[in-house]
Amino acid sequence: MNIHEYQAKAILRNFGVPVPEGHVVYNSNSARDWAKRIGEGPWAVKAQIHAGGRGKGGGVKIAKTADEVKQFAREMFGMTLVTHQTGLEGKIVKRVLIENGCDIADEFYLSFLVDRSTDKVTLMASAEGGMDIEEVAAKTPEKIFFEAVDPTIGLAAYQARKVAFKLGFGIAQVKQAVPLFMNLYKAFVDADCSLLEINPLVLTGDGNLLCLDAKLNFDDNALFRHLRIRDLRDYDEEDANEIEASQYDLSYIALDGNIGCMVNGAGLAMATMDIIKHYGGDPANFLDVGGGATIERVTEAFKLILSDDKVKGILVNIFGGIMKCDVIATGVIEGAKQLGVKVPLVVRLEGTNVELGKKMLAESGLNIVSADGMADAAEKIVKAVKG
Amino acid sequence: MSILVDKNTRVITQGITGATGLFHAQGARDYGTQMVGGVTPGKGGTKIDGFPVFDTVEDAVKATGANASVIYVPPIGSADAIMEAVDAGIELVICITEGVPVLDMVKVKKYMEGKSCRLVGPNCPGVITPEECKIGIMPGYIHKKGPVGVVSRSGTLTYEAVWQLTTRNIGQTTCVGIGGDPVNGTDHLDVLRMFEDDPATEAVIMIGEIGGDAEEQAAAFVRDHMTKPVAAFIAGATAPSGKRMGHAGAIISGGKGDAASKKAFLRECGVSVADSPAEMAEALLKIWQP
Repeated sequence: MNIHEYQAKAILRNFGVPVPEGHVVYNSNSARDWAKRIGEGPWAVKAQIHAGGRGKGGGVKIAKTADEVKQFAREMFGMTLVTHQTGLEGKIVKRVLIENGCDIADEFYLSFLVDRSTDKVTLMASAEGGMDIEEVAAKTPEKIFFEAVDPTIGLAAYQARKVAFKLGFGIAQVKQAVPLFMNLYKAFVDADCSLLEINPLVLTGDGNLLCLDAKLNFDDNALFRHLRIRDLRDYDEEDANEIEASQYDLSYIALDGNIGCMVNGAGLAMATMDIIKHYGGDPANFLDVGGGATIERVTEAFKLILSDDKVKGILVNIFGGIMKCDVIATGVIEGAKQLGVKVPLVVRLEGTNVELGKKMLAESGLNIVSADGMADAAEKIVKAVKG
Repeated sequence: MSILVDKNTRVITQGITGATGLFHAQGARDYGTQMVGGVTPGKGGTKIDGFPVFDTVEDAVKATGANASVIYVPPIGSADAIMEAVDAGIELVICITEGVPVLDMVKVKKYMEGKSCRLVGPNCPGVITPEECKIGIMPGYIHKKGPVGVVSRSGTLTYEAVWQLTTRNIGQTTCVGIGGDPVNGTDHLDVLRMFEDDPATEAVIMIGEIGGDAEEQAAAFVRDHMTKPVAAFIAGATAPSGKRMGHAGAIISGGKGDAASKKAFLRECGVSVADSPAEMAEALLKIWQP
């Protein structure tokens, strides 16, 4: 799960991490008034959407007067911000963060994430702050420093010190950096983050370290123990179908194509998308109904695909393990009964209770093309959609 | 021969009184696996469908001589269940549970350092040596005894590969689902090593996914150390960057771990790569004949 920058900064502030004074607003008058309340200018006016690269798209501006804050905020509210992370459709700005500006002497990059190769939380840092870290990693990997953290000890002071010296900090900044890094690690672990990124961490003109931007992603599997964080979820940032799917614990991601897919298992679901592409089609979604899905969940999953206007054909690909084919068949028949199937439907069933499932579909009176194997299924649905 | 499990493996089920745990314990017993009991704290001393139930793994091991454990405990207690099994001297722990928090697994991995126990999973279908021992949630009937080892991050995609083999009358030594999570007990490389050392395994199918570099490490092992032919498929070629496709591990970020670069590297290392998931068995048959 992602949250907004202002929410991330509020969490970090609670862990004693230095972030700029600021306030989130929902209209431009408020923007002006809060600007005057928190400082004397200049101020940063920052559009709050769940995507990076906002500056380039006009989503971050520096205002010298409170009236300018109001004007920038007014321009931002309702604008569709397109960045390299939003996709072409962009995101509509509904929240704006007003912050005290600061003068920047230097910029650094800092993040914590779980490194799959060491199975440990790792501090990653670079003096190339403010830049796209992927670019730094590709061009000058030697400029990125790593420090793996022992989970039973936590980030040790000496580790934080090592990284701080590598970043080129003087002793005064090292003394600030050590508690800052350690507090960031505490925040990462306490909140079950999957990513904590500070880009940039800045050194101000008066020699202080400050987290100018903050991005927190959370491990969805751990949200059950973070109810307050779970409440920070912004539904405006998500696809309506994805929200609907999450109500039924379905793993669903909307894509650009026109062939709706219903599959069990994440790997098979990905492979199904791949094979549709392989035969020249385009998947409209990724949908994993999961292993232990009930008839209700399967029905809702199927309805989700049926109600998607861009879907011109549907492929159901099931290899039943825990999932029983008759449960899938019942869900498909039920969903079809409720919404009707107006597009070609290809079903491939294999695994537990396959004969029963096939029989139920055959006797349902639905216009279903059955398929033997994945290749056959993909070929048939691509052909049906292309006509 | 086989790897990890065989007809002598004695298995307990942690979380046996839950609906899922019991259902699959029964399924494994029906398949012929030695399912010797189960653990549910507070229900020790009772029986469920003939399985003796114990309060702790330690009690269960003492009473049954179990050397393997399968975990169906909900995510909130999974990490603890794994550590309990490790502490009780279980040699092989298979965690089926989906949705275990990553930082819990980080702690578990640290806890297991220096211990001889092997963990498979979490978020995996389990391990099966056909006609001898099935531990996990895979449908038994699709498997057949034979010479091919199968290792995969995905559950249903493993079934797909196995079915492609079985319908061509090619059996399997052992099929290992290592799970789709970013931090897990056993990776592709570990399993390839075991298959290389197993005299009964003649060839291997490896199924990977986008994200991370576990497949690349495995491929380098194939190139440098393996004498047996390996075929592979990488799922997620069409997955959009940055999106989580159900498996938390299957995220491409920073241009690393995408399907195209994985496939290219696998091919460089001499692995026969299937472009379509329907051609996994065929990819193997291109470089190996039973």
